[in-house]
Amino acid sequence: MNRQTVRKLRSIFALFLSSVAAFIGLFWLVFILGDVLIHGIKALNLSLFLEDPAPPGVEGGGLRNAFVGQIMITLFATIIGVPVGILGGTFLAEYARGTSIAKMISILSDIMVSVPSIVIGTFIYAILVKPLGHFNGWAGAVALAVIMIPVVLRTTEDMLSLVPWTVREAAFALGAPYYKVIVQVVYRGAATGILTGVILSIARVSGETAPLLFTSFNNAFFSTSMNEPIASLTVTVFQYAMGPYETWHAQAWAASFMMTVFILILTIFGRAVLKWRYKK
Amino acid sequence: MPRLSKKNPIDIAFSSVTAIASLSIVVFIIGILYVLFTQSALSINKFGIISFLTSTDWDPVRESFGAATTIFGTFVTTFFSLLIAIPVAIGIAIFVTEVSPNFLKGPIGMAIELLAAIPSIIYGMWGLFTLSPLMATYVEPALQTYLGDVPLIGMLFHGTPMGIDLFTASIILSIMIIPFTASISRDSFNLTPPIVKESAYALGATRWEVVKNVVLPYSKLGVFGGIVLSLGRALGETMAVAFVLGNKHQITTSLFDAAATITVTLANEFTEADTDIYLSSLFNLALVLFLISFVTLAIAKLFLLRAEKRYSR
Repeated sequence: MNRQTVRKLRSIFALFLSSVAAFIGLFWLVFILGDVLIHGIKALNLSLFLEDPAPPGVEGGGLRNAFVGQIMITLFATIIGVPVGILGGTFLAEYARGTSIAKMISILSDIMVSVPSIVIGTFIYAILVKPLGHFNGWAGAVALAVIMIPVVLRTTEDMLSLVPWTVREAAFALGAPYYKVIVQVVYRGAATGILTGVILSIARVSGETAPLLFTSFNNAFFSTSMNEPIASLTVTVFQYAMGPYETWHAQAWAASFMMTVFILILTIFGRAVLKWRYKK
Repeated sequence: MPRLSKKNPIDIAFSSVTAIASLSIVVFIIGILYVLFTQSALSINKFGIISFLTSTDWDPVRESFGAATTIFGTFVTTFFSLLIAIPVAIGIAIFVTEVSPNFLKGPIGMAIELLAAIPSIIYGMWGLFTLSPLMATYVEPALQTYLGDVPLIGMLFHGTPMGIDLFTASIILSIMIIPFTASISRDSFNLTPPIVKESAYALGATRWEVVKNVVLPYSKLGVFGGIVLSLGRALGETMAVAFVLGNKHQITTSLFDAAATITVTLANEFTEADTDIYLSSLFNLALVLFLISFVTLAIAKLFLLRAEKRYSR
């Protein structure tokens, strides 16, 4: 065996190992999703959506309060977080384009995207729960909004920067003030991208548990009041999975299945739209 | 850079509104630091900074708290998860850029990103109900029989393999952080100028030699940034680890022992803290975690910015 053959074999072996690595990654994905699918579908039934939880240990019951609560918290988080994020991204990409403060805020925003979400939960606890004296849904929504804002801000900034400067110049040449250029020309051009960024941020925030643990807490009863502890799907899954009852475990699997399906559909849709729109 | 006259009042209003919106990020960071500092003041006053960080106590009854056990758990899980995840992630990046046929590149890239999109509580549940039993029944006893007697490494595998321990937590954490390193590495690999690779091929290099000697050194900064980003993410993971770590405050030499990380301690004990000093110590832990994560993520961002600057020449 001469050196050339040895090098060739080494190359084949190394690339084979990289294929093994890719296979490992795919294996985990299929394993986890498959498990969620199997266990979740087994426990899926209509009463899950129509009934409220039964007493611990008693068969039956559903998670209607958790589904409704999760939708409410996510809705309010989106209402609070998305406008702030989009407006912030607009400032960084338009009025402050190229300035050092824009670069600084952009870097800080990137860091905030990956900051531990439970620390944000403790922060919101100190400012929105302790002063009010009780857990409430608003604290949960604000905690999720704090997580959403950096994500939406960064994607908005990136999408707005992709619109060519010449398009803005054309609008200026027609005499439009800057705000009109932004709202009527630039936003239109970047709309798909910004919307997709919003969808991806909703997908991210729908799976968050830690920030809700001590802000909106959880509620075993059906409630639509945001001024009180409100049930959420994620915290309920946490509580039920750690609990000792088989019925709880089954319901936790079903809830996880619904959550995963929702988030995966949003993520795949969002990334597909981005690829279709921006990779032409 | 636009130096436009903002005489239009609506422009002044709109730019002010957007400016305030973007400053919210700065407000959040300063707010978090301020709030965490003031809330942990009680604990900092009672225990001091250094002794809090080095004390292995965590005794709510005697009201004596220290961060050493949780910091240990955080670092150990993060270290081992990186140890497992980095080779796999770089291997995936090499596969996607060099080995895979063109039509597979998109789907496999999407599949890896799906790993990142799965909520961490799903990882936790799957870990608790599926992975832990597998670990306890097959993997951990096997590791104990084969590696338990090796002099130094054997210490890692002592104890009763229950499945709820540092080992399982590290594995789940590693699966979670693979996508971050993998996608950033893949993007960095794709930025290598084809002409440099082609000149290596022209000299007769094999594909692996091109990857090892041309692509990897060229994309060092990007890959490193991806690794440090994964580190930052791993530090803050709560739910995936909470189910399978056992939440036992101890410093141990065996991977088959339960431990506690800062995030899991916060998740499990925050609503149970009955005394002011207990809550204040938990806020202290949160502050420590925030500072460590912030610095780590800032370092990652620095690497990634340097990489961007280097590659867009």
